[in-house]
Amino acid sequence: MLFTSYEFIGFVILLVALYYVLPKKAKWPLLLLGSYVFYFFAGWKFLFYIAAVTIITYVAGLLISKNKKIADARFAELKALDKSGSGSPEECGKEARKRYKEEQKSKRRRIMTVGITIALLILAVVKYTNFTIYNINGILSAFHAPKRINFLTIALPMGISFYTFQAVSYVIDVYRDRHEAQKNFFKYALFVSFFPQLVQGPISRYGDLSKELFTPHTFHGRTVERGLQRVIWGYFKKLVIADRILPAVNTMIDTPENFKGAYVFMVMMFYALELYADFTGGIDITIGIAEMLGIPVKENFERPFFSKNIAEYWRRWHITMGTWFTDYIFYPLSVSGPMLKLGKWSRKHLGEKVGKRLPVYLASFIVWFTTGIWHGASWNFIVWGLGNFVVIMISQELEPLYSKFHKRVNTDGSTVYKSFQIGRTILIMSALRLFDCYRDVPLTFKMFGTMFTTWNWKIVGNGALLHLGIGRADYIILALGTILMFTVSMIARSGSVRDKMEKKLPFAARWVVFTFLLLIIVVFGAYGLGYDASQFIYNQF
Amino acid sequence: MDELISILREIHPDVDYETATNLVDGKILDSFDIISLVGEIADKFDVVVSAEYMIPENFNSAQALWNLIQKLQDDE
Repeated sequence: MLFTSYEFIGFVILLVALYYVLPKKAKWPLLLLGSYVFYFFAGWKFLFYIAAVTIITYVAGLLISKNKKIADARFAELKALDKSGSGSPEECGKEARKRYKEEQKSKRRRIMTVGITIALLILAVVKYTNFTIYNINGILSAFHAPKRINFLTIALPMGISFYTFQAVSYVIDVYRDRHEAQKNFFKYALFVSFFPQLVQGPISRYGDLSKELFTPHTFHGRTVERGLQRVIWGYFKKLVIADRILPAVNTMIDTPENFKGAYVFMVMMFYALELYADFTGGIDITIGIAEMLGIPVKENFERPFFSKNIAEYWRRWHITMGTWFTDYIFYPLSVSGPMLKLGKWSRKHLGEKVGKRLPVYLASFIVWFTTGIWHGASWNFIVWGLGNFVVIMISQELEPLYSKFHKRVNTDGSTVYKSFQIGRTILIMSALRLFDCYRDVPLTFKMFGTMFTTWNWKIVGNGALLHLGIGRADYIILALGTILMFTVSMIARSGSVRDKMEKKLPFAARWVVFTFLLLIIVVFGAYGLGYDASQFIYNQF
Repeated sequence: MDELISILREIHPDVDYETATNLVDGKILDSFDIISLVGEIADKFDVVVSAEYMIPENFNSAQALWNLIQKLQDDE
């Protein structure tokens, strides 16, 4: 059941209506039922995967929480015994208590490790088995071995990367004592499977989502109205912009030998627009549906293309994924014993400057490698991830040079300089995204190189772009749609556009605007006969 | 506390750490800065700030960070 299908729209209308009609007690169970029905339509076999991840992480969370409670009670008991003088120092003295605390913590760590390892193993098996076989076959071929391993038929369960990460974060947060474990299995199952965010995130944390998810919300016209407006805006981005430009991108990347030089630049720009409209549109639909149910979901974007550098871009694009990697991989790795030892060693042997950076860069390298492979089981994504790492590292290393430049040239408040920075971010990020487009890494480098060797910029004005599967009318719709999207982003810099509309426009006028937007989607959306409203790009991750 | 502030000043000399209360939320300290800071704290105060303490509330001000260091020293 695609977000862009009529079935899905009908499903959401029915679910929202039932949610507000049913008694309080039945509201969250309805969401759980709805989430599993939604998932069932993606393929009934996939239900086993989500159920397995749910059960494993639920049990791990529960065991950790139970141990913490028992350990805390025993610790308090030992302390009281020590204070009253009725226990021996070996049994309840400060050192003994500390040892007990450490032992229990270590027990909880083992439970956490087992829980998240099994959950991640499920993800690894379904997502990376064939990639591993592909690489083993490559090695066998390099050594002229006659044997090859056959690829396995494994379908990637929808949203597995997202819900596994969400479940893993839950177990770690219980271990870190950020919140208690959820005792009710079905409530926990809802947290893992909440349908709007199952497909492409955001990757929510239990502490942020759970309270509102289980609260029985009563009907508020304003909440439903605002949610619906956001859903409409999401569909506009997806159907009017992303899906309309899709044929042009596909034409250019399917037969790359015919589309070199300036065409590659067009792929960069068109794909950047497509991905942005597709992913942010999908997230708008997700957050909008949740909002219609009265459930606030974390924002995943903060106008990333207005960023001044790549590090800032990554704080504003797919925010919940970025913070997930920072909190659960980058930080633990950077402050782990071996990494702190490496820091000490490198400062002693390589000097203060290099020594300080080495562990941070090493942890960062691992994070970007993981980010790459999380996006997809292919070398394209790994190189894309590492490309981001290289750019961020270079930018970090050039920091002293930038400081010198800014001391000499005052760029404070300069619109020209800010535009240069934004333009630079867009170009670098779009160039890196070429790895998403072409079939392998060498071809991506080759095609990128043709931008400098094949000088065919005349295609921009000689009508060649009208032969990419989209016509003049499509370009006009795309241009107008992009201008509207850009304008809304500009307005949103100083706060929510819907808030501003609510203050300035009466109810009827607001709905004239959104009905008009809906009409634009109906008339100009790329769907229906002759079109195949495509799956969201991030679904495949 | 003075020693902590001098460590912080090495990272961002232009910030008034006596009054700043939004070092992380205000995006003054990024994740790279936090890791450098944790390394320095381990060296100077002999405490390890593990990942579970790496939340914005503990790094938003010099005072919050100082409280965390003292708590960890007490635990040890």
